[in-house]
Amino acid sequence: MPKDGGIGASTLRREDIRFLTGKGRYTADINLRGQAFACFLRSDVAHGRIRSIDTSAAEAMPGVLAVMTGADFTEVGGNPTGWLVQSRDGATMKEPKRPVLAHGKVRHVGDAYALVVAETYAQAKDACEAIVAEIEELPAIVDMAAAVADTTNRVHDECADNVVFDWGWIEENRAAVEAAFDAAPHVTTLELVNNRLSPNAMEPRASIGDFDSGTGDYKLYTTSQNPHLTRLLISAFVMGIPENKLTVIAPDVGGGFGSKIYHYGEEAAVLAASKRLDRPVKWVCDRSEAFLSDAHGRDHVTKIQLATDTEGNFLALRTETLANMGAYLSNFATCTPTFLHGTLMAGPYKTPHVYVNVKAVMTNTVPVDAYRGAGRPEATYSLERVIDKAADELGIDKWEIRRRNFINPDQFPYQTPVGLVYDTGNYHATMDKLRELSDIAGFEARAAESAAKGKLRGFGLSTWIEACGIAPSNLVGVLGCRVGLFDAATIRVNATGNISVLVGAHSHGQGHETVFAQLISEKLGVPAASVEIVHGDTSKIPFGMGTYGSRSLAVCGSAMMKAADKIIDKGKKIAAHMLEAAEGDIEFNDGSFSVAGTDKQKSFAEIAFSAYVPHNYPLETLEPGLEETAFYDPANFTYPAGAYGCEVEVDPETGAVDIVRFTCADDFGNVINPMIVAGQVHGGVAQGIGQALLEGVVYNEDGQLLTGSYMDYAMPRADDLPNIDVDHSCVTPCTHNPLGAKGCGEAGAIGTPPAVVNAVIDALRRGGHGQVTHIDMPLTPSRVWHAIHG
Amino acid sequence: MHDFELVKPASVAEAVAALAAEGAQALSGGQTLLPSMKQRLAAPDRLVSLLDIPEMRGVCHGDRGLAVGGATPHAVVAREAAARYPALAALAGQIGDPAVRSRGTIGGSLANNDPAACYPAAALASGATIVTDRREIAADDYFQGLFTTALDEGEIITTVHFPIPERACYMKFEQPASRFALVGVFVAKYADGVRVAVTGAGEDGVFRWTDAEDALTADFRPEALQGLVVDADGLIGDLHGTPAYRANLIAVLTKRAVAAA
Repeated sequence: MPKDGGIGASTLRREDIRFLTGKGRYTADINLRGQAFACFLRSDVAHGRIRSIDTSAAEAMPGVLAVMTGADFTEVGGNPTGWLVQSRDGATMKEPKRPVLAHGKVRHVGDAYALVVAETYAQAKDACEAIVAEIEELPAIVDMAAAVADTTNRVHDECADNVVFDWGWIEENRAAVEAAFDAAPHVTTLELVNNRLSPNAMEPRASIGDFDSGTGDYKLYTTSQNPHLTRLLISAFVMGIPENKLTVIAPDVGGGFGSKIYHYGEEAAVLAASKRLDRPVKWVCDRSEAFLSDAHGRDHVTKIQLATDTEGNFLALRTETLANMGAYLSNFATCTPTFLHGTLMAGPYKTPHVYVNVKAVMTNTVPVDAYRGAGRPEATYSLERVIDKAADELGIDKWEIRRRNFINPDQFPYQTPVGLVYDTGNYHATMDKLRELSDIAGFEARAAESAAKGKLRGFGLSTWIEACGIAPSNLVGVLGCRVGLFDAATIRVNATGNISVLVGAHSHGQGHETVFAQLISEKLGVPAASVEIVHGDTSKIPFGMGTYGSRSLAVCGSAMMKAADKIIDKGKKIAAHMLEAAEGDIEFNDGSFSVAGTDKQKSFAEIAFSAYVPHNYPLETLEPGLEETAFYDPANFTYPAGAYGCEVEVDPETGAVDIVRFTCADDFGNVINPMIVAGQVHGGVAQGIGQALLEGVVYNEDGQLLTGSYMDYAMPRADDLPNIDVDHSCVTPCTHNPLGAKGCGEAGAIGTPPAVVNAVIDALRRGGHGQVTHIDMPLTPSRVWHAIHG
Repeated sequence: MHDFELVKPASVAEAVAALAAEGAQALSGGQTLLPSMKQRLAAPDRLVSLLDIPEMRGVCHGDRGLAVGGATPHAVVAREAAARYPALAALAGQIGDPAVRSRGTIGGSLANNDPAACYPAAALASGATIVTDRREIAADDYFQGLFTTALDEGEIITTVHFPIPERACYMKFEQPASRFALVGVFVAKYADGVRVAVTGAGEDGVFRWTDAEDALTADFRPEALQGLVVDADGLIGDLHGTPAYRANLIAVLTKRAVAAA
């Protein structure tokens, strides 16, 4: 198979043709006959009791078709959280109801409490302004420490101290960890904030509800990363619409980064409004609304301690974290700071004793949930920062302290003290590769050049590991997950040999249509151009769990491989009949079925044609057709890992940080399309640099969002970013999936922030400002300058 | 955005007449006004666009220095002022992004007087004269606080006269999100003295740093600023920088502007 289309080829992305020529079809591009427009009225106070809502004036306005409030949704269920997490005292977590529209109370600025549907969007918006609501403002709960301390002021009445759970991981480790700390020659302590981020996908959310009164069927077009999960949540938890009467379609989706994993109230609301009016109802979020309603990410306040001996060997690690949930529990909110964070606190190191404590706190802010990396960036950041601090305190080289503590290549599979079994890895190899690519030998000369310009140069190192390929269903079930996390694929070989592959994963920027076609091309020996990938429509695709957690290739790709194996098995049976040979003698290679040791063969297309025109076919033992479905439930997480190096120049007069060099050495297991992998890393690094230097959601003490637009929320732009050198030549293939693939989507967002912050602290230390041991992200010029100058 | 009427006069006189109506608002590029209207923070009944008035567009050179028409977009100033007044052209070329520079105008910027806008620093440091449909206003009298100017209701900036300095430089330190000036310092050296104007930093908008002006008038070298400090009192403190940080930036940027002028 020539490498222009199969595994290992940097095939250009076929979807880019439509994306780059304006032919993409996003939810907002869809206009249904007779559609009306919805606009949501959102709270402008952070916390308040709704005394009354008078909709009469709004209802009388031109074009208004319906006004709905929380009272219209009291009979339907709440939007659930996907994981139930137990507190360390054994208590089950609190799960306050999240209604479709706020009822009784509003709990954050942006909390929707009414909906207007009108003939036009402008009419709906005008009518929203005519709704008269009497809202008794309550004191806003914004700061997590204050939320926990003040038990009289509650976001939800059923959550007495605003704490959802107080989780210990692993509780049985705690005594050993305490003992190790008591006996340790050296303890390094660091308190840090993992800053809250706003996801800002290029395409804002949008939803169209379309109820068909003729059939009783509902259709929802929506910006989702996982249409089947959205359907399940709406069907089983919120609206009670049977799955077979509800189709969820996520067409082209312009980025998600986690924020479009979740089911949002707007989706249920447009379905309900469509049924009431017997017309399609469309809502398109504007950017200001997105800042106030898309789930935010991160927002941890952490104290981390690392116990070492005097040689820098890690003896024990413990963390205490307050994790902000916001005003409601979003679907993965409780999982992110626990099972995607605490389980990764060992990192790539053989620290024998680790204990993690996380308190999940409700506040009057936008709900917080998984955002690219989800828990793993928070774990990596804490760990890699405290290691650098320990190295400085102990006077040990930053590379050496890591090398000394890495799990060695011969120790796999490796059971960590925080519940995971790493199947394979080679952390020395990626860090050595990084060192080689970073031109460490030339650093001093570059630092001298910087000094001549009055700049301080520093180098920051981070290593990272993540658990992705989410996830083994039986394991996550034990941990409190309410769904399975397998994925599924159907391979439909058409009569003339071309192929439709229907997949549970959803592509919203990842390039699945290209990569998945490469997989099938390689596996079945057909041209990639003859393979079409179908995703995003629950009426077409098998029940898969969508795309997040770097899972699409490792999980859905594996399902595709299983389905392809079934196709090949059936093809062999057909070929055996046609070639009058024993099935066991049929070989399949490069798209051809042949009788071993002979020149007798049938092409893939001939076999497909025979399956659909079964004139010469073993009908008594074999069904016609060539279509197979496989579900794949991973045996373990996958564990990609790597090492990142960041070189910065700091202007000590202004505090400005310029990233002048950035290098990534990753082990993603087997790589299908190196170009797309590089692009994924570039994007993740951009978001990581955004978090480290630029981005941060800020609320004032009244719970008003101060960073509600791009005037104050700094997104990374091209000129904020360096050239990014990407290497993924160090490969330890995943041992338990058929592709040996691990996942690459989140790597950049995980490994980057600590590398950047470590680099700035290193620059300051080298520049004579060693008193600065930490600066909280984002490292804005003002913060860096104050760190230097007080 | 609410409905509005759009009027496109072809002369200053027509524009003045159109602005006399109740609820009328001048539109001179709209880079602030239109986003405000989209967010329903502003809802004028009538917009009077100044962009189709030939006498208000373009850059020319005369006895009073550079004359820039009030409706001249930043991109045109960046191009056409480059030979005579490169510091002004450079400032115009750093405003916003290409789309903003193609639509936004000098008159719109000066009339709006955003405390973080760039043009006010150039006008004040240059001792410019703001010419309106009814009078001339010296820059020193023109800027009167946040979003506040000497303009009367319905008064239109037709031309801005910039005396051309011997040396000048604008140093802008961008606010990372908006890329407006977190602090911007315009230094202009004239035969009769040096003027230093600061934008982005003052709670009352653009202001002159007179201590620096005196020092630089005596000795136009960065070293002349040694030991001069800006009082953080009265400076803006926000998400992006404390008053103390802004005070530091003023000193640093002034020094760098002098070095580069």
